[in-house]
Amino acid sequence: MPGTTPPPQPPRPPAEGRGADPAAPATFEDLLSDCVHCGFCLPTCPTYVLWGEEMDSPRGRIHLMGQSRQDGVLTGTAVRHFDNCLGCLACVSACPSGVRYDALIETARADVEREHERPLGERLLRAAVFALFPYRGRLRLLRGPLRGYQASGLSRLLRRSGLLDRLPPSLAAMERLAPPLRPAPRLPERVRARGRRRATVGMLTGCVQGAFFPQVNTATARVLASDGCEVVIPRRQGCCGALSAHAGRAEEAARFARSTVAAFERAGVDVVVVNSAGCGSTMKHYADVLANAAGGDGWARRAERLGAKVRDVTEFLADLGPAAERHPLPIRAAYHDACHLSHGQGVREQPRDLLRAVPELELVDVANPDICCGSAGIYNLLRPEPAAELGRRKSADVRATGAPLLVAGNPGCALQIAAAMGADGEAPAVAHTVQVLDASIRGLPPAHLLGGRRGG
Amino acid sequence: MPVPVGPEALVPRLRAICGDAGVLTDPAQRRTYESDGLTYHAELPGVVVLPTSTAQVAAVVRLCAEEGVPFVPRGAGTGLSAGALPRSDGVLVVTSRMRRILEVDVEARCAVVQPGVANLDVTRAAAPHGYYYAPDPSSQQVCSVGGNIAENSGGAHCLKYGFTVNHVLGLEIVTPAGDVVRLGGKVAEAPGYDLIGAFIGSEGTLGIATEITVRLLRAPERVRTLLAAFPTMDAGGRAVSAVIAAGVLPAAIEMMDALAIEAAEAAVACHYPKGAGAVLIVELDGPAADVDAQFAAVTALCREAGATELRTATDAAERARIWKGRKSAFAAVGRISPSYIVQDGVVPRTALPEVLRRIADLSAESGIRVANVFHAGDGNLHPLVLFDDAEPGAAERAAEVSGAILDLCVEHGGSITGEHGVGVDKACHMPDMFSPADLATMDLFRRAIDPAGIANPEKLLPTPRLCGEPPGVRTDVHPLVASGEAELF
Repeated sequence: MPGTTPPPQPPRPPAEGRGADPAAPATFEDLLSDCVHCGFCLPTCPTYVLWGEEMDSPRGRIHLMGQSRQDGVLTGTAVRHFDNCLGCLACVSACPSGVRYDALIETARADVEREHERPLGERLLRAAVFALFPYRGRLRLLRGPLRGYQASGLSRLLRRSGLLDRLPPSLAAMERLAPPLRPAPRLPERVRARGRRRATVGMLTGCVQGAFFPQVNTATARVLASDGCEVVIPRRQGCCGALSAHAGRAEEAARFARSTVAAFERAGVDVVVVNSAGCGSTMKHYADVLANAAGGDGWARRAERLGAKVRDVTEFLADLGPAAERHPLPIRAAYHDACHLSHGQGVREQPRDLLRAVPELELVDVANPDICCGSAGIYNLLRPEPAAELGRRKSADVRATGAPLLVAGNPGCALQIAAAMGADGEAPAVAHTVQVLDASIRGLPPAHLLGGRRGG
Repeated sequence: MPVPVGPEALVPRLRAICGDAGVLTDPAQRRTYESDGLTYHAELPGVVVLPTSTAQVAAVVRLCAEEGVPFVPRGAGTGLSAGALPRSDGVLVVTSRMRRILEVDVEARCAVVQPGVANLDVTRAAAPHGYYYAPDPSSQQVCSVGGNIAENSGGAHCLKYGFTVNHVLGLEIVTPAGDVVRLGGKVAEAPGYDLIGAFIGSEGTLGIATEITVRLLRAPERVRTLLAAFPTMDAGGRAVSAVIAAGVLPAAIEMMDALAIEAAEAAVACHYPKGAGAVLIVELDGPAADVDAQFAAVTALCREAGATELRTATDAAERARIWKGRKSAFAAVGRISPSYIVQDGVVPRTALPEVLRRIADLSAESGIRVANVFHAGDGNLHPLVLFDDAEPGAAERAAEVSGAILDLCVEHGGSITGEHGVGVDKACHMPDMFSPADLATMDLFRRAIDPAGIANPEKLLPTPRLCGEPPGVRTDVHPLVASGEAELF
């Protein structure tokens, strides 16, 4: 309590094995000590932007992690501040000391999952989310009822009734964020390259992407094929494990990672193309996901090999260069940086270059590009209030561009921002970068992407 | 004087002032505030408050004054002299929620901001109008304007434009008694004592700035930036002297040595010329014709001094890339060393080569590596003393080297700090630089404003506490006093 002196600082635990073997992976304590407390991360952290307090900044959370390790106690306070983190990794981009906050927060969350007993309501919500989202089959079962619900007009009625405001915030968030569903076409296992074959690539269809945004997957396959790629889409692939890894469910993440590695090894491809920023970010670090999990050394090497083959679809297409003609698409489009693309993978220029190469498309940037929109995987379900506040801020920045189309490399972001914009005015149309390229290659009119909106 | 109470006794009243969310008592939360950017000093704050208005700050300070409880102001917590080191028997007043830009007055060429606004955000707000805020510490995207006031922060461009004190027109402050006082305003001239000048750089010992009116400058017509690589630090130093002797006043002249270049390369891949013993960044700004003429002169002088490579930034993006290596240098050293001390001292520019040689000698004798990053134009050194805190005794040897560098500065007629402030870290060194009468006069002034001694006590000026003693509140009699070897005065 106030007035007491700080507990004596015990000596730092010895860096296990690092001295003996310089190639040994850094321990959690090594990673913690990389932080020099300079504070350069503060202004890019979404929760510091919201609340302006140290313990909801990356520097403060790293301090809390150090406290937990030092004292051997994980306090409820620390858990609350770890839970508040969106995992957007803006701090990783901002850090001049190269602190691996991504690795730190995932380890801290794994500690929380192992050691901390959450209240019943939270436990149930998390159990429900993780029993549903990583499984495409279960998500597909939801599609029918959800489509019926949306088609019936009940959704609009419910939104207008104000009843949503009285639901628990997490349930209300789920309702608001549910995407409008279209019929899902089934992708073949192999899509032939159009014209001369320039590359053979594997494609991740993902769990949420596959079930709720099948049109992004079909557009991805079409664009890749048009630009001369043979696309291999392994049937036996599921969730990549990113959602679980970000939430500290280490064993579950490792299980998904192992089966994804195996699926793409069997496909025998040189490159694995991913169109969802969060998935790509995790898959590139599969070696970390499998390093600490049980299951033998062989997996670590296999994970590293596969991780090295992973490319975001825009990263890959920009390297490859276009083969198919891009037709004019007279649209003013705002590009939003998905955190796990810009901060997680350092992919910022490639999608912009691809979009600028579309004739007559006017590309505009959104102010404060480093600040997360609040979507952050399942954060907007688990922590709906701050997520909504961040959504409102992003919404204002997007609205200031005046663009009728919002383009993002992650469907979660687009949905989150569109929902926030819809709440206080007209929402723009949203599209994945590959959907814009697809429309341009196919010579479709702007209306295809805009619906009833004007091109701007 | 009231009998001092513990800060926990104030909590209900602090909650009434700042609201529940504005008062932190949870030990885990308070511990995240135990140090600022200088983690060598740490202490658990008794209670942390996060006020959102001048009225709240004034009420908190008034309560502290009534109860005789010390308070410590803190901005973004990026300071490097432990000026915001909390006290276990005090209240930490954090301005991070006071971050509104209240006004950008283009016609009066000034902006009015709250103390928690980040330095760079002032320029961001002024830029659409063609203006900017000149002081630019390396941490400018994070550090707060309030913190800049406390430390009289400089930055790379203070060679030409001066320090924070040259850019503040008006202040609203809360005095250590809790009174709200206005100093200056939008008009530059005011009769009477220059209290703004006294307040800036007072490190929180005279109160808390709650509203700041800063001068905005017109963005220069032209900015040109040169990166010059030299085989040795001596050659680089010769170029600096030649430029100044030629009567050119660049906006900035920065120098980095091989070790600092290595760190910056590892951190931000700034691609400075490989194998250089020193790089110089020279930036010129002003009317286009002047800048172009001076730029040609500077380029020629660098060549004469032995530059092996010269690069010119032609647009804002290239300029940003050149500066990125320099501005991230402090934290970047984390890439090449587990721990380090950022030192800050000033020497007359003419003494630079001699002092740099002596630093190299110190480093060789002690086996402690020293990386040099500094504002060469005004002789403000930032030696980075590298060590591994896992190695027994390394921290102590590094501290010795770091202290010896300060002695060198004073010996050559310089200062123990250029811009990082004195805080707790350098209070012991103040008598090296000032006579007892100098210090007594400063103390007299401090006591006139803060007679109870509750505003950031034990910072800035040396106190009866003995040097080398760990920070914190001493509850028992010091052993040296008890044994009669030392006495308190």
